[in-house]
Order: sequence, then C-alpha cells, then structure tokens
Amino acid sequence: MSPADLVLYEEDFRSLQQILRRLRQESSASVVLLVDKNGQRIASVGDVEALDMTALASLTAGNVAATDGLARILGEREFSVLLHEGEKENIHVSIVAQRVILVVIFGDRSSLGLVRLRVRQAGAELERAFAEITERMEREPVLHSSFEPLLAEITDEDIDRLFSE
Amino acid sequence: MAFVDFSAREIHCKIVYYGPGLCGKTRNLQFLHERTSPSRRGQLISLATPNERTLFFDFLPLDVGSLRGFQTRLHLYTVPGQVFYDAARRAILRGVDGIVFVADSQEARLAANVESIRNLEKNLREQGYEIAEIPYVLQLNKRDLPSAMPAAELSRRLAIKGEPTLEATAVTGRGVFETLKSIAREVLLDLRRRRTPSGFTRATAAS
Repeated sequence: MSPADLVLYEEDFRSLQQILRRLRQESSASVVLLVDKNGQRIASVGDVEALDMTALASLTAGNVAATDGLARILGEREFSVLLHEGEKENIHVSIVAQRVILVVIFGDRSSLGLVRLRVRQAGAELERAFAEITERMEREPVLHSSFEPLLAEITDEDIDRLFSE
Repeated sequence: MAFVDFSAREIHCKIVYYGPGLCGKTRNLQFLHERTSPSRRGQLISLATPNERTLFFDFLPLDVGSLRGFQTRLHLYTVPGQVFYDAARRAILRGVDGIVFVADSQEARLAANVESIRNLEKNLREQGYEIAEIPYVLQLNKRDLPSAMPAAELSRRLAIKGEPTLEATAVTGRGVFETLKSIAREVLLDLRRRRTPSGFTRATAAS
C-alpha cells in the first residue's frame, strides 16, 4: 500500500464521528463532514439528508486541489483554511493532518470566530486520531481478512451482471 | 483509490475521462446522465466556461448495481482538454482507479491525441501511477465523421498496451455505455488482482 492509504475500522470510524458530532454541537454548525483529498466522503454529521453530500464532497476536494495548485505557485506547502461566505450559509474548509478535509457548514446561529476556535480544537483531536491509526497500521499488519474474500470471489459473470439489473 | 465501505456495503471507484480538447469527454457523461434512471445517478456537475468548455471538471456519480451484495458506485470525472489547463488535469487524477482515453478520430486531431496521451502519462507519473499498470480503455470517438481515420490505423497509432478499444459516437450515444462497462470491468478486475483496496477502507473487524 502507498503511504497515503488508510484502513479505518468500525471503532476508528465511530471515534471520528464522535469528534465531528461534538464539533457540530459546540460550533452550532448545521453540517460537519470529513472528506479525503480524492473527493470521497469519510464521515458526516448533521442535516445530511438536506444536501447532496456526494457532490459536496467532490466539489470540496476539487476546490482544495485547485487551492493546492495556487499554494505551489506561491511556494507555500498548502493553504490550510478556505472560507466561503454566503448571505445565509457559510462553508469553512480546513486541512487536517495534511490528508483529510474538514468541512463545516454554518449559518447565522454561529459565527466565524466560534467555528475557527472549535475547528482548531477538533482539528487537533482529528490529527491525534489519524496519528494513532497510522501508528497502529505500522505496528500491526492490517487485517485484510474481512474484505479479501469479497475481492477474491468476484467473477467475470458478477461483473457482467452489473449494468444489467 | 477505490473505497470499500463494509458497514454500508458499498464499493466506490473513481474513473477519469481524459483526452484532447473537444474530443467528447463531457458528451460521454451527458449521455450517461440522460439515459440512466434518476434513482441510479446523482447530479451531473459541470464546471465550465460561459461558452461551455470544461474549465475544471464534470462529475457524475452512477450506481451500476450490486457486486456480491456490495452496491457499486462509479464516480465519473472528465478533465478539461485544452492544453493550458494542465494543473487542473493533474489535480483531477488524484486517487484515480481507471482511465478512459477519449480519442478524436479525425485525422487532423491525431497529433492532439498523441500529445494528450503523453500528457496523461506524465501527469499520472507525477501522481505516483504508471500508465502501464492503471486500468485503461481507449475510446475512438466521432466514428460518424467522414474525416475519421480508419479505426484499425487509429488504434495502431494510439494504443499503448493492448488495452480494450471501443468505437463510439458519443453525440448519439453509440459505444458510450459499452466504454463505461469496459472500464468498470478493468477497474474491478484490478481490485480483485490487488486484493486490498487502497485509499480509505472501512473494515468490519475490530483491530
């Protein structure tokens, strides 16, 4: 696996989710989500049904990728925070542990100062959580047993059946 | 980097449509969007210039059915084809699982196709991939045009590794679904070969 790869177990996922939930409460945000830099949603909390989360994740990652390009032009490693201010809704985007994107959507029930403060605290917690996950992966070989059978058993017929349903 | 979510029983794969300007990448996605039932697709997002040239990317998520009980979802992206948008192309290749190279069959565009494949190779390498190893399909598009080169000659000039090659006329939809099926097959077979999905994987076992 490349160094960028991570395997999240259910308990990792639950602890990430818990950090997001607390961040959402303490910052009075409507939605908090964690996206990987490829545009894949990892976890989210809040009014997620009201928004197209797949599109949100993909566009956020695109946005961060474009901003990374700008940073390189200026000789910066990254711009770690992006902010979009709307009339009613705002989006605060930050990079955590250089590998994941933390997105906070908030309205007038909150304020930028509060969101910044809480994001800083939650960001530190998330960094610790990811450091632990990475450390564990280095310490113990990853247990692939749960998904290896699935991948090994995929047949050509299974693939042919896709699209035909 | 495919994402396998064992709790939700989902497999997500990222497929990028690459190729020179005006070769029909966006049209491929538009046709898939038009012909897929709304329950199986998300929004088609196009980040385009006011005159409808792709500026950053198009994005379409599609559910293609269940694989051994796992819902399989393809995230389709296009890149902007125009030469000067190279930084955007590099960004979109991040985490890619498979590439569809959309070639413009017109003889006058042969050099642009060749240059775009070289550009793909370079950009993949910068992201840590080798074109020889990544799932890859060649689509010969615009077969309906009188100026189209013979398919055999075009594929001889453009093929790089014995990849599946399909003829298409994306403007009418001919060959579009076949191309998607072909790349989905390549990506899933690659996943089977590697056994371990990379990227973020949510596994069920406790550590």
